[in-house]
Amino acid sequence: MAGTQAVPSPSRRRFRSLEFALGVILTGGMCLAVLFSSVLFPDGGESMDLMARLIPPFQNPAHILGTDPLGRDVLARVIVGGKISLTVGILSVLGAVVVGTLVGLIAGYYRGIAEVLLMRFADIQLALPFILIAIMFLAILGTGVDKVIFFMIVAQWVQYARLVRGSVLALRDREFILSARAIGVGNRRIIFTHILPNVLGPIVILMTLNVANNILLESSLTFLGLGVDPLIPSWGGMLADGRTYLQSAWWVSVFPGLAIMFTVLGLNLLGDWLRDLLDPTGQTSK
Amino acid sequence: MSDTAAKPASVHAPLLSVRSLSVEFGSRDSAFRAVKEVSFDVMPGRTLAVVGESGSGKSVTSLAIMRLTDYTGGRIAGGEVLFRRSEQETLDLVKASDSTLREIRGNDIAMIFQEPMTSLNPVFTIGNQISETLTLHEGLNARDARLRAKELLQKVRLPDADKLLDRYPHQLSGGMRQRVMIAMALACNPKLLIADEPTTALDVTIQAQILNIIRDLQQEMGTAVIFITHDMGVVAEMADDVVVMWKGDKVEQGPVREIFAAPQHPYTRALLSAVPRLGSLKGQPLPKRTPVIVMDGGVPKQVGETHVQNTADYAKPILQVDKLTTRFDVGKTFFGRVTHRVHAVEEVSFDIYPGETLALVGESGSGKSTIGRTLQQLIEPTGGTVRFDGRDMAAMSQGERRRLRQEIQYIFQDPFASLDPRHTVGYSIAEPIIVHGLIKDRKAIDRRVQELLEQVGLQPQHAKRYPHEFSGGQRQRVCIARALASDPKLIIADESVSALDVSIQAQIVNLLMELQERRRLSYLFITHDMAVVEKISHRVAVMYLGQIVEIGTRQAVFENPQHSYTRKLLSAVPIADPQRERAETRIEGEIPSPVRPVGQEPAIHRMREVEPGHWVAIEADQLRGAA
Repeated sequence: MAGTQAVPSPSRRRFRSLEFALGVILTGGMCLAVLFSSVLFPDGGESMDLMARLIPPFQNPAHILGTDPLGRDVLARVIVGGKISLTVGILSVLGAVVVGTLVGLIAGYYRGIAEVLLMRFADIQLALPFILIAIMFLAILGTGVDKVIFFMIVAQWVQYARLVRGSVLALRDREFILSARAIGVGNRRIIFTHILPNVLGPIVILMTLNVANNILLESSLTFLGLGVDPLIPSWGGMLADGRTYLQSAWWVSVFPGLAIMFTVLGLNLLGDWLRDLLDPTGQTSK
Repeated sequence: MSDTAAKPASVHAPLLSVRSLSVEFGSRDSAFRAVKEVSFDVMPGRTLAVVGESGSGKSVTSLAIMRLTDYTGGRIAGGEVLFRRSEQETLDLVKASDSTLREIRGNDIAMIFQEPMTSLNPVFTIGNQISETLTLHEGLNARDARLRAKELLQKVRLPDADKLLDRYPHQLSGGMRQRVMIAMALACNPKLLIADEPTTALDVTIQAQILNIIRDLQQEMGTAVIFITHDMGVVAEMADDVVVMWKGDKVEQGPVREIFAAPQHPYTRALLSAVPRLGSLKGQPLPKRTPVIVMDGGVPKQVGETHVQNTADYAKPILQVDKLTTRFDVGKTFFGRVTHRVHAVEEVSFDIYPGETLALVGESGSGKSTIGRTLQQLIEPTGGTVRFDGRDMAAMSQGERRRLRQEIQYIFQDPFASLDPRHTVGYSIAEPIIVHGLIKDRKAIDRRVQELLEQVGLQPQHAKRYPHEFSGGQRQRVCIARALASDPKLIIADESVSALDVSIQAQIVNLLMELQERRRLSYLFITHDMAVVEKISHRVAVMYLGQIVEIGTRQAVFENPQHSYTRKLLSAVPIADPQRERAETRIEGEIPSPVRPVGQEPAIHRMREVEPGHWVAIEADQLRGAA
């Protein structure tokens, strides 16, 4: 009986306003800045000024966040770099979620031969070292943003598939699924209107975590020469470049780092909000 | 009964005295008071029943006595719990230190919980778990502890105590586990035993055994018992004194006979009026709707009318089940060959007529739910035929089978579990309409949903709420509305009222009967509760181990039970009447398992007709006698 009380009213729960607002401001601001980067910085953050190398931040009004070892404006590069990073981070995660969730739903709901085939395939893929597949894959296909995204989807759908399948297995024998079936609800409707909403919570959490991961992953791939053209700025790439100057010029790597941090924080807040929105019982919140 | 028991010298001093105890949950500024200034005494060697429905605070009170509320997020906000540890020493448990409490728990005060499976640790043997208490509190060494453990198991009448000591909890049945729990609770000869709904999760015949054991042991050892329950029948059988709780308050207290004979508080009267009493319809051929007293904001109000349920039409059956058999494969060898099967349903035949309620009664493992699920096409039958409206289900096309799911609806036991938590109840109720394409227009669907909600006694604006915002009884009403949405002819109600509080249960039963009259519905009413069966059904089928052992009109089966199992089942039901002689008939034995090795088919009972329409399985000893 103690479980029935102390549920905050739905409206209050759904608009835990501060967190939601902060999430919108962080994520939205970042996206807007990146969208209009070509207007804000028509040079694409490429113009070098070797006379103005390594200016510390907040000293020169033309370079508020300072300059890098080649005299390029850090602010411009952070915002232009967001284009690659956000595209890769968000698209790769979305792609993997769609593929993985579908596979997980099918494997978990229908069981049988579909499950065996799909999940064994997933296990095999999990057993192969990531870098090895990356090298093979990108060596064959060549490099480029689209290939990097495609590769990340291929590498990461497995996580979602396993997560979803596990949740579906737990759900499919629950009584409300049985009662939907008793009413005459068809399989497809059961999967998409009854099971899917109930497995979204953990998916959203994993998604927000993976966005950050993939932004960094892109830079690792680029570092290995498997990713994007290293001359195009990206957050991960800037972090890697600035590493050697960390002691003398911290700002070169700290600002792209902060950009990643704020984006991920914003996405996490939005993710929490979304998860609560999807769960009217409010049982999983916090 | 307690007069004969050995008692300490100072009989008249209470063993435990609860003084204006209050318990709160939640943070201090928005605290919820679950127990409000409750006081009562427990005398040595006597049984005090604390009765109430869910939310009455009865369980919280029992936890607070042991100070176990500390671990469940509760806080004792005031009052004292005086426990007389010995002649000289009286202790206030509210103020006692943690170490003192640890000594008292299990040693002076022991507790039995509702779910014996969850209160036993699955990775230790029974012997280990009983010995643990003994070595901890009595300081026994391992061998002595094992010996004592064996004695204890024999005391609770468990056969083969020696072997049981080395078994794990999952290898025992529910009733056996509860006996182990009692053995553990009694291990240190506690002065007070707190039993929190100890038999609620058990079958009636097993419940009768457990109640017997507790009563006998209490007499033998002179233990005082606090018995927490919602079941007035159990109260009448067990208690010397009764405390009635309602919404955190104690509303009434007194000796059991007085409470039953002359209840003072309106709530007690409402509660007692709602209790279904076995034998209350003696001599009447048809089920009858009777008014219920409902507490409406503290004022008792009579709801409903007396109405004889003359709805059945015996011209042509709506559902004909012939030799239905359902088996499940369990246990496979390494090479995938089946070694064992659950013989859930074996050649069961019955008919249901329009407007009729057929009750399917039996204990766990009798196959009654499997029949319901097979009829609802949730399980594939192994053999036999099912005809609905004269059409053979096996010969139906895909589309016809889907149509059947519109005409037969199913109501589950747990309304909370059977509603999708992520959708509003309006969505859930509309779903059958949408799925079967009964109404196309969005607005018309909404209107229909509101209409259905009103029909089951809810408000139209409830459609926008989620299942967790309702109480248990309201949720079951939602499930009924959902079942009605597709305008079915037959509703299978699988223990649909078993999990509800009695006052709610009485209302839902009335609702079902009212709907039956209005819509000429047929019910297949699956339950283990004989008292409810008597109230609602036209005909009764008693199931045992996958077969029907007796089937006939309600009056015939209840007033003239022929099969020994039917009689056993009827005698095991606790009767809510303390005046009645307490049952001395001892029921022994577990319910056998329906799992059999492949190749060992169970024998199919032959039935004989005792009177028109009343069929009974011929029992083995009768067969021999006839030969």
